[in-house]
Amino acid sequence: MNRHDDKIARHAGIIDVIVIGAGHAGLAASFLLSRKGVSHVVLERGEIGNAWRERRWDSLRLLTPNWQTQLPGFRYAGNDPDGFMTSQELVGLLENYARQNAAPVHTHTEVTSVRRVRGLYRVATSRGEWRARAVILASGACNEAVIPKVASDLPDSVTQLTPMQYRSPAQLEAGGVLVVGASATGVQFADEIAQAGFDVTIAVGEHVRMPRHYRGNDILFWMDRCGILAEDYRQVEDLARARRLPSSQLVGSNDRAILDLNSLRERGVQVAGRLMGIHNGQAQFSGSLRNVCALADLKMRRLLQAIDEFVAGDNSIPPAEKFAETAVDASPVLLKKLGGDAIRTVIWATGFRPDYSWLDVPVLDRKGRIRHDGGVVDAPGLYVLGLPMMRTRKSSFIFGAQDDAFAITDHLFNYLNTHKRSDANVVYQYDSGAPGYRRSA
Amino acid sequence: MTNTAVTANNGVNVEALLGAREALTAAPEAARFVWRAASEWKSGTHTQSSVQRFFGLGEEQSHKQEYVYDTDHPEIFASEDKGSTPVEMVLVGLAGCLTAGIAAVAQNRDIQLNSVTATIEAPMDIQGILGIDADVRNGFDSITVNYRIDADASEEDIAALVAQSQKRSAVFDIITNPTNVHVVVNK
Repeated sequence: MNRHDDKIARHAGIIDVIVIGAGHAGLAASFLLSRKGVSHVVLERGEIGNAWRERRWDSLRLLTPNWQTQLPGFRYAGNDPDGFMTSQELVGLLENYARQNAAPVHTHTEVTSVRRVRGLYRVATSRGEWRARAVILASGACNEAVIPKVASDLPDSVTQLTPMQYRSPAQLEAGGVLVVGASATGVQFADEIAQAGFDVTIAVGEHVRMPRHYRGNDILFWMDRCGILAEDYRQVEDLARARRLPSSQLVGSNDRAILDLNSLRERGVQVAGRLMGIHNGQAQFSGSLRNVCALADLKMRRLLQAIDEFVAGDNSIPPAEKFAETAVDASPVLLKKLGGDAIRTVIWATGFRPDYSWLDVPVLDRKGRIRHDGGVVDAPGLYVLGLPMMRTRKSSFIFGAQDDAFAITDHLFNYLNTHKRSDANVVYQYDSGAPGYRRSA
Repeated sequence: MTNTAVTANNGVNVEALLGAREALTAAPEAARFVWRAASEWKSGTHTQSSVQRFFGLGEEQSHKQEYVYDTDHPEIFASEDKGSTPVEMVLVGLAGCLTAGIAAVAQNRDIQLNSVTATIEAPMDIQGILGIDADVRNGFDSITVNYRIDADASEEDIAALVAQSQKRSAVFDIITNPTNVHVVVNK
């Protein structure tokens, strides 16, 4: 890890852009910066694709089919375009992508502070300080697990795990398991833990139900084709809500299985309402389960209807399918004993949040979220990539981050052009109309 | 989003509600409300309660007038039946909250309501409150709200109205989720 040490010794110069994070978003941005001849470095606290490499459960595959794994200058060319790659396969892909594009990645370089001083960004790291005219935050949306406050009321005899700590059912001690949360993460955990023979309860709040496949194609194929995934952040009725929408109940698996509360029930999983409290050694679940299921069913039917309307009249498409309403017990469980011979493990599949503890630029709102307009952060020359619904509904997917990287770097080139460096002997000329920098349609 | 061709009129001022939502997003401290009631024991199981003042938007507020409610128990409980039972008042609160929500959501979605009626049933095993069986809880076993809604909308849209109303209902939340209750005796 010493090959970059010479560069750190020369960190006194000012570069154009610092990209923080060498995941898919940071590498996509780096590709576009390189293609424009913009000087930059990509700072990565671990290895390339770090989050996918270290902090994901064993069975994890992408939610998007392989053909949707697109980056600037990269298209999937393997023999299974409709399959779902594992997280390790994605890591290999990102490593190749970085190598082929000679991305200037500095691994094991943890950013400890980003400040804006006299119009320049100072980025302090575990391996020295850089100065740059612009910064792209591509450190990801899922750095930390969100754990609700009730976690502190759990008895000590109950083991708590976050998705960062959970690997596979093999690590769980015998006894009941409570999975809290029914987004993609929660339903995947509940499914594989129940398959391993554990007694599983899943606590379900608002969730997004959708079938893996519909009318002969992957649901994300249809959502892409209908334009739903391309829906612009400026057109969305309630952007704040769209940005905090939980991930859809999907799993990328070889058998393209549909994973929802009905399939979990068939596996023997007990479905409970949202976890609301812990009292006298018992978990208390909300009595609103029936309604959150009704809401999810309604929204799923609306989505499928939009697809039906889109393909109306095309007889080559297989006919519309119906999916059973979410079955709910006549009296869903409201209380469940914790510890002892009951629930021994609680897994918090209650969402993720980015970590901006090192960001010393006043751009966070009162909830700690970054203030930005489609990735253009509320500070000159500062950008963000890879957040949910950042510019479109697919922003949280790899092929969405690709589109966003084009948009953000376009804005960035313009910014660099209008804020020319006065302290260096080279003045770059950027021309966003130059050949070679045009998105292929 | 502003709807330029609103035709429904359910008597709900949605613009005011949306305006309030926007204003309170910008000034979240003004969204802190405190609801109050006062009560006085009359005789037997008869209690009279009243509401008038509350706190919100950063200052003391008041209803147009005081509202008074009598609660009591029916004669089969050897009471004088001077009002509804307190548990029935809970059902009244739920009906009022859900139905107000349906009207507001319908207005926001430009759906004309023609009639909205509901019946609510809440079974209870009174062995709980009588202390006969410690395994029986005091409260309802469950609550079932049956709506009949005549509106200029599809069955699916009406179902969505009712679902959204539950999602945004305070009383639905109060009933379905635990709340810490502090009962203190002052000297």
